[in-house]
Amino acid sequence: MYVSPQREPLIKGDKNYSKITEEITAPMAGKPGKYWYLGIGISTIAILLGSVAIFMTIWFGIGTWGLNKTVGWGWGITNFVWWVGIGHAGTFISAILLLFRQKWRTSINRSAEAMTLMAVMCAGFFPLIHMGRLLLGFFIFPYPNTRGVWVNFNSPLLWDVFAITTYFLVSLLFWYVGLIPDIGTIRDRATKKIKKKIYSLLAMGWVGSARHWARHESLSLILAGLAAPLVLSVHSIVSMDFATSVIPGWHTTIFPPYFVSGAIFSGFAMVLTLMIIARKAMNLEDFITIGHVESMNKIIIATGSIVGVAYLTELFVAWYSGVEYEQYAFLNRATGPYWWAYAIMMTCNVITPQLFWFRKIRRNLAATFIISIFVNIGMWFERFVIVVTSLHRDYLPSSWTMYKASLVEVGLYVFTLGLFFTLFLLFIRVFPVIAISEIKSVLKSSGEKKIEK
Amino acid sequence: MKKITKYISAFYEDEEDLLIGIKKLKENNVNVLDAFTPFPVHGLDKALGIRRSWLPRVGFIGGAIGALTGFFFQKWVFTEGYQMAIGGKPFFAIPSFIPVTFECTVLFAAFFMVFAFLFRSKLGLGAENKIYDLKITDDRFVVVAGFDENKSGEVKKQMEAAGATIIEVKE
Repeated sequence: MYVSPQREPLIKGDKNYSKITEEITAPMAGKPGKYWYLGIGISTIAILLGSVAIFMTIWFGIGTWGLNKTVGWGWGITNFVWWVGIGHAGTFISAILLLFRQKWRTSINRSAEAMTLMAVMCAGFFPLIHMGRLLLGFFIFPYPNTRGVWVNFNSPLLWDVFAITTYFLVSLLFWYVGLIPDIGTIRDRATKKIKKKIYSLLAMGWVGSARHWARHESLSLILAGLAAPLVLSVHSIVSMDFATSVIPGWHTTIFPPYFVSGAIFSGFAMVLTLMIIARKAMNLEDFITIGHVESMNKIIIATGSIVGVAYLTELFVAWYSGVEYEQYAFLNRATGPYWWAYAIMMTCNVITPQLFWFRKIRRNLAATFIISIFVNIGMWFERFVIVVTSLHRDYLPSSWTMYKASLVEVGLYVFTLGLFFTLFLLFIRVFPVIAISEIKSVLKSSGEKKIEK
Repeated sequence: MKKITKYISAFYEDEEDLLIGIKKLKENNVNVLDAFTPFPVHGLDKALGIRRSWLPRVGFIGGAIGALTGFFFQKWVFTEGYQMAIGGKPFFAIPSFIPVTFECTVLFAAFFMVFAFLFRSKLGLGAENKIYDLKITDDRFVVVAGFDENKSGEVKKQMEAAGATIIEVKE
């Protein structure tokens, strides 16, 4: 009889339920270590530096950005799309992998979802700040007003407002509903009075009743079913910001699937970058194993290859279309004055992730960490290439120009990086980074040592 | 049926023991009220005879309301509220209403379901449900049944046979 080789355990070491609770909540108890202080120190400085850029934008206006008549979209939209893309891994992991019954999801879904929320906040910052006056933000929502004016529902920019708001709120609900049982765990372990009070409030009276669990399970499944198409819709709609325009280099029907796979690609890279540090710093190596890293790397190579094929398809279709503007846009992209950005994009997104075909590299933490950073950089340059190279050569050669980001634009990017890491560092102190109740439910089937009765 | 004032509860350390314990109690017509576990135990809802949740239906209704609201609101805005001529396109442009309609569907369905879940389970900010034992959210599996003087000895024996570590009687 054929016996399949046993799957790699998802939880290492000799664990029982109580030990799981103990080890996952341990990093939240006691004082944070010096690396945490170092990390939050650096990210707070980034926020402060970035605040200067916010002040400059609001005080002097959008003219402080490096934008010009031809390149009206620069770093702002590049950063926006980059952050939204990063925000795609969390809900992909918790929704789509839940529907596919991937058990390895349980170790990383919580932190990936938190990362999603933070990345979407960073993304949302750019449309807000580019209005020059933050209080104009309410103009983008349809609300009854005395002027009788409504928003333009034909505009993909407005679809974006709806997509990203919905994505943020639904991800928040999904994340919080999953957190409720774990907050209950922290509440029941808390010894300090204030801590107990706060977590009691947040746990919403969770007691672990079978009736609650039955509803919780059914809710999670249906929310996952709703969130799965939502994830795919969000970046599709973001891509339509470009695809529905008539700029050569933007006006392509391949954009939605190409953007979605790129988003999942960059999202997983960011999850890896963070988790490789977090598992070490928080002693969670038993829960986030090399096997988990390898699974994520497989997704990176799959989505990275889709992105690579999309790049080549774009080039082919530009040539095959016979439209000279389209052909010029792509030739200029690869060999024009921004060839270096194109080269970075190609190297980091298409070439280096191919190293993951080797099992040794997939399972090597240092290599994975470096490649994940490469992907983060490469995906930023992908958006930069799409935005800037398509714009800097207009139909009118008299409008041709070059674009260089101003210090204020760089500062705003630094602000969001600081915000992202600050929020993540606060999150790991306040909530368990691994879904305790979910990981307990896979212990028996996927633990290294089976519990003896 | 008279109101239950006394409860008997058994603590288990393994979910399989809990399932066996509940099945045995059910076979003996003991009034099993609820079970408390640190994570969702597969088959527990069936063992307890919990009916399938209505949440998916609530989600469907919420989604339907969202879809209709989103779509007809856009239609109203563009055909009556504030007509905008954009490149000669029709005012009632169905394809460009689809993305917002879809997002409204998901948003409404999610909110309806989550609030239905909280409402139905009597959960919410400041909700004070009775915490049966502090270790339930850690590693204890508890079954609670109505206490019956006549059967108490037998029930206790059954609970022990299934591997209960602690058996308590509470008012």
